Amino acid sequence: MQQRDPHEEMNPNEADHDEATCEGGCCSKGAAYDPPAPKAPAGTVVPTVVLRLSVRNHPGVMSHVCGMFARRAFNLEGILVLPVMDGTTSTMLLLVHDDRRLDQLERQLSKLEDVLEIHREATGHRAFAAVAEFIG
Amino acid sequence: MNMTGAELIMRLLERQGITTIAGIPGGANLPMYDAFHTSSIQHILVRHEQAAGFMAQGMARTTGLPAVCFATSGPGATNILTAIADAKLDSVPVICITGQVPTGLIGSDAFQEIDTYGLTVPITKHNYLVRTVEELLTVIPDAFRIAMSGRPGPVVIDVPKDVQSARIEFDAYPEPGAPDAPPRFSHDDIFRAAGLINASEKPVIYAGAGIIGSNAAPALHALAEKASIPVACTLLGLGSMPDSHPLYLGMLGMHGSRGTNMIMEECDLVIALGVRFDDRATGKAAEFCPKAHIIHIDIDRSELGKIKLPMLGIEADVRLAIEALLPEVGADKRSDWTARTTELREAHPMAMPGADDLLTPYGIIRQTAAMLDDDAIISTDVGQHQMWTAQAYPFTYPRQWLTSGGLGTMGFGLPTAIGAAVAFPERTSVCFSGDGSILMNIQELATAVEINANVKIVLLNNGHLGLVRQQQELFYGARYMASRFEARPDFATIARGFGMAACDLANEANPAEALAAALRQPGPCFINVPIAEEDCVFPMVPPGAANHTMIGGETHATA
Ligand SMILES: Cc1ncc(C[n+]2csc(CCOP(=O)(O)OP(=O)(O)O)c2C)c(N)n1
Repeated sequence: MQQRDPHEEMNPNEADHDEATCEGGCCSKGAAYDPPAPKAPAGTVVPTVVLRLSVRNHPGVMSHVCGMFARRAFNLEGILVLPVMDGTTSTMLLLVHDDRRLDQLERQLSKLEDVLEIHREATGHRAFAAVAEFIG
Repeated sequence: MNMTGAELIMRLLERQGITTIAGIPGGANLPMYDAFHTSSIQHILVRHEQAAGFMAQGMARTTGLPAVCFATSGPGATNILTAIADAKLDSVPVICITGQVPTGLIGSDAFQEIDTYGLTVPITKHNYLVRTVEELLTVIPDAFRIAMSGRPGPVVIDVPKDVQSARIEFDAYPEPGAPDAPPRFSHDDIFRAAGLINASEKPVIYAGAGIIGSNAAPALHALAEKASIPVACTLLGLGSMPDSHPLYLGMLGMHGSRGTNMIMEECDLVIALGVRFDDRATGKAAEFCPKAHIIHIDIDRSELGKIKLPMLGIEADVRLAIEALLPEVGADKRSDWTARTTELREAHPMAMPGADDLLTPYGIIRQTAAMLDDDAIISTDVGQHQMWTAQAYPFTYPRQWLTSGGLGTMGFGLPTAIGAAVAFPERTSVCFSGDGSILMNIQELATAVEINANVKIVLLNNGHLGLVRQQQELFYGARYMASRFEARPDFATIARGFGMAACDLANEANPAEALAAALRQPGPCFINVPIAEEDCVFPMVPPGAANHTMIGGETHATA
């Protein structure tokens, strides 16, 4: 459930759709359905958050998760994946922008059949920092 | 039990209640085709795999149940992709089973090898590459469960040839796949929604395909009637309320009536039921219903707040939510609002110039409707004829109207109409098409003749890609490019060449009588209807503009 203060300005969060999909091509930019958040000006650090996913472990699961980011123009800054225990599931850590589209991102991820669980991972940044030592 | 993978697939499909499968055989799915010999399932041979996908859609959209199509690997799979993508965007439960090269050859660029799994990730609800014959026992029922659960959608199952031929020994069949329980919603939310509705002076219901998908039409009528709330439908929501219902406002949005879009402008509460705030319905989203709060009820949580942040979003099966809402919503005549909406509708009705003349868009659609039973199944292709039909056809029932909404696929109409005729042989299946669209799947005339499908094709022939011509006229300074056909086929002759009865209303002394006779005779029939090339669909909201900036469609416009 989402409840909002009725006096609040109506749509501070809504994607703006001035040039929403136009078959005629009169909208030169041919905007995507869910346009990406505006790029932060150079030099500013975009806050990030780490999502921890439990996913079914099979060869196609990476295309499902990564494809969703590309398709919906969500930012994906980093990804770590390892199988757990008997190998039927994997854990994925996703480093993503903490912006107004995060909620939508989580909802879209949770619709993927192979994604079993999602939470925000408070200590996840440490994992990325550690890996950065190897590939930085 | 001991059988091959292909036989197991057939048994599992039979157990899911599948009786008909459309498809085309090829090297990589021959074991599955061989298994038809020992199956009760009937096969319909189409002439292009895209048509197999659309035939399955015709069955699924009319019955509300999953339908199945088959294609071989490589070109068979790539040909069927458009119909699968179409099913994804319109949430249609289609299960597509493709053959694949043998497991050992995957990745070797074998003959007719294509990465069907990779290609279908973005256009399915879920997809599988089956690696062992044992997996079929879980994958097939799961595919049906997924296709039917929550917001429905297509599932692709890619089965390598060796998996089809492999033998399997097992004790018992798995249970057929059944839909998951719908999401639970809180009564507090329902109570809040009722509070907002009861407090609203000018509510409107904005109803979409979710009403049809969840069989919520009777509940919708009860809610609208109890609280005197007018109902506007999306393109895919048409049929959720009978055209004759006094609270029915028709379609909203890009080609909705002026009165309806004006009512949306004035309303103070939008009750959005089973909709996704598509840009064709809302126009510029930021200016949609500027004075209104929004209650959004949908089974897909990711739709709540995706385009417009609602005051109250409820993730629920729409029928269950409306039924819970009904006792909490107060009976209310809303006399002021009813008077105002009546005034707007009467002042700005859906103008249908030419409706009395058979050889005009509105004329042919209205008069065809008058000649048909009210349970006829109506499908369209994509273009002006589609929008004219959406505006003018007096729909009575849910699942009576089949059109490609989200993907807007030319070529959808004929194979989908054949699929509908297969699902309901006793009803008349009518496809309104355009002379551009019909050519995209014209080969299916052969399929219709072969199975004697009760399909009538009514071709609104304007010698153009009409909707493109219209956009070039209105938005590109009438600089026409690639929207006019210089070669104009004689469609009645073509249809006859396929062995189909046909008539051309251009050559009939009494076109109305010829039309009635064509619609009455059993089996397939092609009806060519010449219409003026310059007719436009009005009103029209320019793409990307707000719904209040409608062009044309005034009642006093020249007929
Ligand atoms: C497969 C496909 N290609 C292109 C388009 C773009 N398009 C939309 S409407 C249209 C014209 C349709 O012409 P026709 O079928 O003759 O119908 P009319 O508009 O004349 O009624 C075109 C080309 C489309 N929707 N689908």
